Amino acid sequence: MNRYPLWKYIIVAVSLVLGFIYTLPNFYGESPAVQVSSAKATLKVDNGTLSRAEDALKSAGIAHDGIQLDSVGVKARFTSTDIQLKAKDVLEKTFNPDASDPQYVIALNLLTASPRWLTSLNALPMYLGLDLRGGVHFLLQVDMKGALTKRLDSTSADLRTVMRDKNLRHAGINREGERIVINFRDAETRDKARAAIGDNQPDLQLTEAGDGSDVRLIATLKPEAQKKIGEFALKQNITTLHNRINELGVAEPVIQQQGADRIVVQLPGVQDTAKAKDILGRTATLEICMVDDAPGVLEAALAGSVPFGTEVYTERGGSPLLVKKQVVLTGDRLTDAQPGFDGQTNEPAVHLTLDAAGARIFKDVTRENVGKRMAILLIEKGKGEVVTAPVIRTEIGGGRVQISGRMTTTEANDVALLLRAGSLAAPMDIVEERTIGPSLGAENIEKGFNSTLWGFVAIAVFMIVYYQMFGVVSVLALASNLLLLVALLSMLQATLTLPGIAAIALTLGMAIDANVLINERVREELRAGMPPQAAISEGYERAFGTILDSNITTLIAGLALLIFGSGPVRGFAVVHCLGILTSIFSSVVVSRALVNLIYGRQKKLAKVAIGQIWKPGVAAAGGKK
Amino acid sequence: MEFFRIKKDIPFMRHALKFNIISLVTFLLAVFFLATKGLHLSVEFTGGTLIEVSYKQSADLEKMRGALGKAGFSDFQVQNFGSSQDVLIRLPLRDAQESAKQGEQVMAALNADAPGAELRRVEYVGPQVGKELAENGAMALLVVILGIMIYLAFRFEWRFSVSAIIANLHDVIIILGFFAAFQWEFSLSVLAAVLAVLGYSVNESVVVFDRVRETFKKVRGLTTPQVLDHAITSTISRTIITHGSTQIMVLSMLIFGGETLYYFSLALTIGICFGIYSSVLVASPLVMWLGVSREQFIKPKKVIEGANEDGAVV
Repeated sequence: MNRYPLWKYIIVAVSLVLGFIYTLPNFYGESPAVQVSSAKATLKVDNGTLSRAEDALKSAGIAHDGIQLDSVGVKARFTSTDIQLKAKDVLEKTFNPDASDPQYVIALNLLTASPRWLTSLNALPMYLGLDLRGGVHFLLQVDMKGALTKRLDSTSADLRTVMRDKNLRHAGINREGERIVINFRDAETRDKARAAIGDNQPDLQLTEAGDGSDVRLIATLKPEAQKKIGEFALKQNITTLHNRINELGVAEPVIQQQGADRIVVQLPGVQDTAKAKDILGRTATLEICMVDDAPGVLEAALAGSVPFGTEVYTERGGSPLLVKKQVVLTGDRLTDAQPGFDGQTNEPAVHLTLDAAGARIFKDVTRENVGKRMAILLIEKGKGEVVTAPVIRTEIGGGRVQISGRMTTTEANDVALLLRAGSLAAPMDIVEERTIGPSLGAENIEKGFNSTLWGFVAIAVFMIVYYQMFGVVSVLALASNLLLLVALLSMLQATLTLPGIAAIALTLGMAIDANVLINERVREELRAGMPPQAAISEGYERAFGTILDSNITTLIAGLALLIFGSGPVRGFAVVHCLGILTSIFSSVVVSRALVNLIYGRQKKLAKVAIGQIWKPGVAAAGGKK
Repeated sequence: MEFFRIKKDIPFMRHALKFNIISLVTFLLAVFFLATKGLHLSVEFTGGTLIEVSYKQSADLEKMRGALGKAGFSDFQVQNFGSSQDVLIRLPLRDAQESAKQGEQVMAALNADAPGAELRRVEYVGPQVGKELAENGAMALLVVILGIMIYLAFRFEWRFSVSAIIANLHDVIIILGFFAAFQWEFSLSVLAAVLAVLGYSVNESVVVFDRVRETFKKVRGLTTPQVLDHAITSTISRTIITHGSTQIMVLSMLIFGGETLYYFSLALTIGICFGIYSSVLVASPLVMWLGVSREQFIKPKKVIEGANEDGAVV
């Protein structure tokens, strides 16, 4: 009766082997590496970058331990941190010859030292949380109200233009909180205005108020428009943060949306929080200036005598450009930038949308400067970069600007992204910050590991002494539980934190409960006089219901923690829940398989080693253990 | 080896009232401490800044306090954390913009007057986040209680579910009472420990109740207290060993886990000790007083028409 069909043994064996394979990478540790990734949206890391990095290292005489290209960038592995630092310098010089204008991010990283066949199986070590490897964590709150106000301000400017174009007289357009109030002197004008605005601004919801000579239109943003603005602001802020964090040279930054209006930024390994905060909070601006293309001026400027009121920039193509310092238009006037195609030539283009005031200025400037060039500059940290410098062909009105010419589709995409991502769509506040030093991280790993190890050893010793062979089986089942849990965490690449390690320890401590239940039940059946085979079978059978019940109640608590918990609690809950699942499998299926293997084949089993079975009557006579 | 050599069922139920009075007193004490002293909530719940620094030599706390006072901080706490070299500085919330910069300001102040500090950890939590964490914590507790109650009611009977929840909730209050009485820091990880213990010690009641049900079904002629005594006695060995094993693990965390896991494992320790007591010696009497009886577990026999008094028909 205590025999498993072959398929059950196979399931157990397969799961243990898989568990072993996926746990394995955690033992190899990590080796120092340098990572080269692109700092700009316009620059792609490809095989060319790989061979360039390889050549640079070779010519500098630095031996690497493997170099590879993945979705993040080129990663080169080294045998020691000294070589790693040297290699970083070499690569920095090769890829960023101009230190003030970095094209690539060269970052120190750690790569798993496990052999290639493991990595190709997607067997990676557990992903360590910030509290174990050190770094900074920020939670940023996006000010959605700010984004809406910004939008309403530009909308009220648009409304003024609409009224002027349609020749409708109003007595003032003002933003009051989250609505725009337009005053009119008579109801007739108001009705006309209402129709005009309705055509022009589909995002606005209009209601009428007042009577007599004081009539008003109250415009509010439709809820779906508000939602769209919020989503857009969040997306744009995330893109901007990505671009900025690239500058910090962080190997594996995490930038994610959390909830409706929050962004999580995690920078493993970064210690300089001041710099990180500075970069996160910085605002980049877009400026449109005129290019000074009077004959001979550029040559003179390059020779050293820059004319007053101008500055030399380098275009993306590499050719120099003399730009007038007077700013025609700033990025505040830009409401959107989208990649697309020219309607006539079908060339890739970028479509810009300006607000009403911006459109007016742009119209005037282009009318006066047909045939000349204008430069669109992205100013960050007081340093400008020419995004593009197109030639003005005609007067451009209506606030819709198209930039085209000598652009590929990818470039158009990138320029649009740059223009959009240059500045933050809405202000952000840091609402949570955690910084963990690297020494503290290493200490936390050690502490967590030691607690688990010694706890496990103590339990193992006790179980084996108390339950003998069944104790050995229980300990093996517990070990397989640990193996499966670690394998599962590695496979899922769930973030392991210190509370997570605590959860591993606690789960092991709780998982042994199932085996104790089984062993006690088997003893009890033996005490009641059942033959050993029957007692084993009965013990497992009866204990199972109880095990299931007790694990389900624990799982309920775990799930609630997972749903409502955040930060450290979630790390705990993930491991706890997974641990409960693996423990049911290992304590029931794995341990039963082992017991069946040991005892199931013996037809005439007279005795099992489960420790002494004390019977009331016998003990009174026998006296000793 | 066998620890428990019990010849007869131990008459636990005879002392049911005593057990319940003991636990009522502990419970009232816990409520008293919670009401008068309140919980010492961590930065995570209250909002504020927490900075851990470490010195090569033992830290001069007075000098550090002086340095911070000079830099214009007020209401701050400076205390040792684990060892004499490690120091924890707590700062209350200020307005958002300033709070975000407090970490650097503190380090600057320390480097000026008490140099040699190495920054180990900064935690800043804004007021909004703190409030949310507290709300979510309360929500998690509520969901755990409801979830377990529903499960138990579904699996057993309402009497069991009510007594198990009362018994285990009183554990939670007692753990909180300890934290209030000794003013230990109540952080998110302690909350996690409390909830984990709640789920865990309900197990204990489940195991005993499973036995109660089995005994009611199998053995005839026992009174309800006798059935409960039998169920507790036959599971007591498993109870002690299981909790002992879990406690070994927790103890290991308490010893090797360092400051971060200290209060976490402390909460677990209290929870486990009171968990055994309450789920066995408090929940069972409650079930008895709520009027559990054999009839609730035996399916009513079908009455066959025309049967005689013995129920025999031909």
